[in-house]
Amino acid sequence: MKTGKFDPKKDYPLALKRPDLVRTLSGKGFQEISLENVVSGKIDAQEIRIRPETLELQAKVAETHGRPQLAHNFRKAAELTRIPDEEVLKIYNALRPGRSTKEELLAVAKELEKKYEAELNAAFIREAVKVYEKRGLLKKE
Amino acid sequence: MPQSKRFELLAQRAVNKDSCIHEWPEKGLVNMESSFDPRPSLKITNGVVKEMDGKNRKDFDIIDHFIIEHALNLRHAPKAMAMDSLMIARMIADINVPRHKIIEIFSGLTPAKILQVVNHLNPVEMMIAFQKMRARKTPANQAHVTNRRDNPVLLAADAAEGALRGFAEEETTVAVSRSAAMNALAILVGSQTGRGGVLTQCAVEEALNLKLGMLGLTTYSETLSVYGTESTFRDGDDTPWSKAFLASAYASRGVKVRFTSGTGSEVLMGNAEGKSMLYLEIRCLLCIKGAGSQGVQNGSISCIALPLSLPGGGKTILAENLIAALLDLEIASGNDAMSSHSDIRKSAKLMTQFLPGTDFICSGYSSMPRKDNMFGGGNFDSEDYDDYLILQRDFLVNGGILPVKEEEIIDVRRKAAKALQAIFKEFDFPPIQDNEVEVATYAHSSEEMPQRDRVEDLKASERILKENMTGIEIARALNKHGFQEIAQRILEIQKQRVAGDYLQTSAIFDSNFQVLSAINDPNDYRGPGTGYRLEGKVKNKIINLPQAKNPREISVGAPSETLRMELEEIGVAAVGKDPNEVIIGLGPAFGTDLTETITALPHHQILKEMIRGIEEEGGKARVIKIYKTSDCAFIGYQAAQLSGSGIAIGLQSKGTAVIHQRDLPPLNNLELLSQASNATPETYHTMGKNAARYAKGTPTVPLPSVIDNMARLKYIVKTTLMHMKETEQVNLHWPPKELRIKFLEMN
Repeated sequence: MKTGKFDPKKDYPLALKRPDLVRTLSGKGFQEISLENVVSGKIDAQEIRIRPETLELQAKVAETHGRPQLAHNFRKAAELTRIPDEEVLKIYNALRPGRSTKEELLAVAKELEKKYEAELNAAFIREAVKVYEKRGLLKKE
Repeated sequence: MPQSKRFELLAQRAVNKDSCIHEWPEKGLVNMESSFDPRPSLKITNGVVKEMDGKNRKDFDIIDHFIIEHALNLRHAPKAMAMDSLMIARMIADINVPRHKIIEIFSGLTPAKILQVVNHLNPVEMMIAFQKMRARKTPANQAHVTNRRDNPVLLAADAAEGALRGFAEEETTVAVSRSAAMNALAILVGSQTGRGGVLTQCAVEEALNLKLGMLGLTTYSETLSVYGTESTFRDGDDTPWSKAFLASAYASRGVKVRFTSGTGSEVLMGNAEGKSMLYLEIRCLLCIKGAGSQGVQNGSISCIALPLSLPGGGKTILAENLIAALLDLEIASGNDAMSSHSDIRKSAKLMTQFLPGTDFICSGYSSMPRKDNMFGGGNFDSEDYDDYLILQRDFLVNGGILPVKEEEIIDVRRKAAKALQAIFKEFDFPPIQDNEVEVATYAHSSEEMPQRDRVEDLKASERILKENMTGIEIARALNKHGFQEIAQRILEIQKQRVAGDYLQTSAIFDSNFQVLSAINDPNDYRGPGTGYRLEGKVKNKIINLPQAKNPREISVGAPSETLRMELEEIGVAAVGKDPNEVIIGLGPAFGTDLTETITALPHHQILKEMIRGIEEEGGKARVIKIYKTSDCAFIGYQAAQLSGSGIAIGLQSKGTAVIHQRDLPPLNNLELLSQASNATPETYHTMGKNAARYAKGTPTVPLPSVIDNMARLKYIVKTTLMHMKETEQVNLHWPPKELRIKFLEMN
């Protein structure tokens, strides 16, 4: 099995070429996700989630193959892995038309940055705020 | 004014039930060529876009802002925008211009420029382009799996069948919203029973959709909708930013996503802002690109009857699919919603995606009868499977599904229903009885299924969400109850979410869970002999339909024991002198290697009738056998040369007969019975009579023509096989033989 530096041109699919680089959320090895381990409880549902590191590898694969927007999406996704489900849903709803004031959205951006180190998402929300303000998509005070 | 009968009938045709209207460009009721669409432009100052498609930055709406911020590659844009649109169009349709070159150009084009380019292409050029531009080399197909009762047992069985038939993705939805989790669960189990690796989704409200993905009960989501005008977006309760965030949210949980758009939604929702449908759809596609989606479902989708009501509808829908590919997006190309009352029309439209191939030719082939299709669609459904499969065989095209054997289908349907039964037992859901499993195994639609307690099922469905039941627990439960293979597959699908390989563009799984995407199965089409070619195992499967017969084994004659006559050759046939005689010339296999006609009329019967007819008119019948040819006209011609009256009948074993005359050219005749499939014994009797009358010189009413349009369709294979057999008996050295006939009595 291959080891060493990740080559985004050659090391896709990860599951086949670089399972050594794929881990569960708690850090267990990719190959440890087996029926045996699931039955024994060694691996549980909470672990079957993609890690930010893996999303970064997929981002590299995407941009190497000429898809920068897809890569950026994966990178934002990597940040969102740190955020609990309910919180993610809350932010999505906050971004919908007329749901949030300017201050509320900026506060979301700040929290993303400070609490979750989600800088790309924070920048994305700040950009949205600017446009929403111009186009009247913020909540009327 | 009296009415034309023909026009009256035409008015009642199915196609005339479809809406057909003129354009109204001011209101956006126009497909792709509108004088109200903006002219392309792009002005960039100091890296900032000041104007796009005639609009100043200060007037940009949310879509314009999003496009310039995220979709347009400002590095490529100046050069790309400066290129002549016609030249770009020619490059698109040119097999020698590689895909990546086109992608690069399109990364810098504004919506109006893209529209201008695509307006130069005709449908055939678009189809050639599609062969080159789709992201994944291997085409695939997607199925809908629903039923009007949200019956989970039937969902599981149908999902299993669809998976075995080859669909790479299966989509369910709900009759009642609270069924979402249970429906998702049912098709997850069913799909993996039919074939490991099938991706599944449940189309419901966005937040619920996301939750199902988070739990691992679905493995992809498709219904992230975007719109081409700001006002429509607001009515859709989203913005490009909220949608893009949602896409990242899915990716953060390892779930594949595809957006949805399609011509017609803006004008339908009352806010087309006077632009053409395709122009607005291009804006949608650029939003989708900018959001970082890997792909899109478009092709008008639910609105399809709207572009099709206007000129250029089919072409526009093909164009919007193609533009997605030109933007390097995976494309699931419609063909799902009812597009026409006319089968001819909707099948013709299908061909524009079917023949070149797309990532998913249908974004929802109804794997059950359309009355059970809860998307309100079912353009092609489970009753059309064999038509679809034959089209693949006709054109040697991979349309994304494969022929199956009835036994295999019954087997997986039963297995899936049983697996679901075990899960329901494990989690204390309202039990699935053995008779429900049996009915689901053989069922066609939900009407046949025993009633379930819907209220209890809904409660169970809500429990799935409340208790956060995951795909992992489902796998565990299946393993516990002896369904190890299915458990393994469900676990494998969850495992793939950890690796994220299938998040890349155009990703599907084969039955070994090997991902196949635009990365490792890239489309490298560069003309004949390149790209995806149908060959090998898949080609053989597509060709070997279960209903195909072996022509070597088709019997074309009854055993000779059934023949009630004896034919004795008594020498070479000589020229006759009797002016009353009518010769019957038999084909070389008549009464020997073949013993009945194409419609199983026994040879002894038709010969007896023919002789009787001749004798009734006072003629004398002489029967000979021709060996030098199997051709009916030449049999008759050769027989006529020997006839004392100059009149003869040529009679082939398959029943075709001709009345010939000595001085006529071989391929001319007095009368021809060309459709032997229409003949009765009386026909041969009449031919005998007519021949005798021609010999006498009496005025004769020719045999009436009976035309059956379907005759050739039904009989051509059998005709070919029979004639092959007759021709095998041809001997170029043997002269015509005189025959003595003895008719045997019936017992």
